[in-house]
Amino acid sequence: MIVLDTVPSGALVLAVGVLFAAGVYLLLERSLTRVLLGFVLVGNGANLAILVAGGRAGASPIVGNAPEDERMSDPLAQAMILTSIVITLALVAFVLAMAYRSWQLNGHDEVQDDVEDRRIARLAARNAPSYDDADAGEPGVSLDEEAAEIHDEVAQVTTVRAPEAPDDGRDPAPGMGRDRSQGGRDGRDGRDGGRA
Amino acid sequence: MSMWSVDTLVPLPVLVPLFGAGLTLALHRHVRAQRTISVAAIAVALAASVALLVAADEGPVVVDIGDWAVPVGVDLVADRLAALMLTVSGVVMLCVLLYSMAQGVADSPGRDDDPDADEESEADVIPVAIYHPTYLVLAAGVADAFLAGDLFNLYVGFEILLAASYVLLTVGGTGERIRAGSVYVVVALLSSILFLTAVGFAYAATGTVNIAQLAERMPDVDPAVRLGIQLLLLLAFGIKAAIFPLSAWLPDSYPTAPAPVTAVFAGLLTKVGVYAILRTQTLLFPGHERVEQVLMVLAVLTMVVGILGAVAQDDVKRLLSFTLVSHIGYMVFGIALASEAGTAAAIFYVVHHITVQTTLFLVVGLVERRGGSTSLDRLGGLAKVAPGLAVLFFVPAMNLAGIPPLSGFLGKVGLLESGVADGSLLAWVAVVGSVVTSLLTLYALVKAWNKAFWQAPPEAIVEGTTGQAVLPRGMVGPTAAMVAVGLALTVVAGPLYAYSERAAATSMDGRTYVESVFPGGGERGTGSSNEVVGEEHP
Repeated sequence: MIVLDTVPSGALVLAVGVLFAAGVYLLLERSLTRVLLGFVLVGNGANLAILVAGGRAGASPIVGNAPEDERMSDPLAQAMILTSIVITLALVAFVLAMAYRSWQLNGHDEVQDDVEDRRIARLAARNAPSYDDADAGEPGVSLDEEAAEIHDEVAQVTTVRAPEAPDDGRDPAPGMGRDRSQGGRDGRDGRDGGRA
Repeated sequence: MSMWSVDTLVPLPVLVPLFGAGLTLALHRHVRAQRTISVAAIAVALAASVALLVAADEGPVVVDIGDWAVPVGVDLVADRLAALMLTVSGVVMLCVLLYSMAQGVADSPGRDDDPDADEESEADVIPVAIYHPTYLVLAAGVADAFLAGDLFNLYVGFEILLAASYVLLTVGGTGERIRAGSVYVVVALLSSILFLTAVGFAYAATGTVNIAQLAERMPDVDPAVRLGIQLLLLLAFGIKAAIFPLSAWLPDSYPTAPAPVTAVFAGLLTKVGVYAILRTQTLLFPGHERVEQVLMVLAVLTMVVGILGAVAQDDVKRLLSFTLVSHIGYMVFGIALASEAGTAAAIFYVVHHITVQTTLFLVVGLVERRGGSTSLDRLGGLAKVAPGLAVLFFVPAMNLAGIPPLSGFLGKVGLLESGVADGSLLAWVAVVGSVVTSLLTLYALVKAWNKAFWQAPPEAIVEGTTGQAVLPRGMVGPTAAMVAVGLALTVVAGPLYAYSERAAATSMDGRTYVESVFPGGGERGTGSSNEVVGEEHP
């Protein structure tokens, strides 16, 4: 129905695509900081998409300000983007605070497994009573503590300030830190499968 | 427009709580003033909603905010559906607010119970300074989402209520809440971005974000583009409404919050998503058979997978969270039927479910207080020590499971009838799925009731009861009121169902909605910015 004049906005459309691709990649990460960066990128991508939706750029959208023969740019798109930028700003601030709190409590800002996941992990662990958890990935988290955590008994779980945060910085590839910390459990599950 | 016309009432459910939020934030040192303002704000919003409920029965009430012309300015539309949702949410918010205030009073820190309960109570003390403003912002956001006559304003409404929900869910910042909160926040952020993108696409395709104008222009849009926008919106709302397979975030995040917060989330937030699906599907994308079939399949899966999750749980809060997911399936089933009868049943079911699910979570808050835990392994014998509590749990539980003659039964019968009337194979599958889900709900809730109230308590509990012997009257009162509201829904089911049918009729037939926003075919308002849009997108 509406044919956009796409020529000037081709670069913008490309930028939207790149922002979304990079943002989604980061959103899939486990560290809240990276998720936040991903959210910022995707959010900006969405805002740019709305700008493109507003059509070609033109004179400033103030009645009587533009010359007769020149088109105005679409003010509605700009108004919507402004609103969503403000919203994004507020949410970014909140997520930053949450990531910081998570770092305070856990020594890292990674999104942790939900209760059901941990419950399944515990069941898997229970099926292998001979398993020696000395080389379970995270230092200081024994099976008992994990079970206590699963029962939502936060009080009994010692908060471990794992030396992971500095590790993360030196990581050659993004996401490797997470892979390493997960390695113990994953490996254990794998071994279970083999034994069964 | 005279000063006291009914139009004046439309913005009140949004503005009064927002204003109250600012006021309570400014008065954060004066707890009593905060309480008074919060209750007054919610009560005024509720009164306005009730008035709108009556007024909207004559026809939708439309207001241009700030007198800006409609397609460019933002309008609020209170039709029957919106007014009904507003009223129910107002009742729920008021009861939960009273409950949470009583809990705040009762939870004076420094109780010396065993360390476990202490941890619990410490986490449950809500910092009043931020609780009241946030709660009021949540109320404003919910009302804004219901009233929005504009897709972008709907997005803003969602953001307002979500931002408030982030704060309420992570209140206190304990480890468990931050863990649950981070999952919740990330998922919600994603769905918001998807929604925003869909708004952008809709604007690109039609040159408007006004829902009435979108309803007029959508039929002319290329079907593939239209389908894309429809699916993107469904995806965004599906995450918010917790439709399987987008529901995994819910049972993990809700139970960690304080009881009143969980109650209001469970009652309202997912239903706002359901409302948004109902609104957009009926008005903007009517009659797309494929999508309706997909929705029907998802509805069955949501019901069955959700309730199987509930059956497996041994914690009452988590169990209820899974029943919440499961029963969203009923509403989606009604929407997917895309018939007037199906939509009417879905609307009635939403009203019933908001009330009942909130009530159950409030009761569980009391159970936690009395029994010292929500784990079914650590509860028992409560029927003997707290018979009143047992009744408070039993009535809404039976209501949720759909035992006649309660409102849950009536809603389910409505859905089954319209499913049978539809007659397609998928509809029959959904009908069978609904019945099975209903039975499994009964099983899960009866199991919970037996374990917590009926059977002898585990020995550990007999020796050292961790709960409080006396429940605060301020908490029991609102809970009893909610149970009574649930029963009242049964008593007034006739008129209420008739109202739902009329609401369904108006939302299925887009003309009423469009004509009330653009009387006389789209020439409402003369803002000059109107012409710019016209130029840009003829």
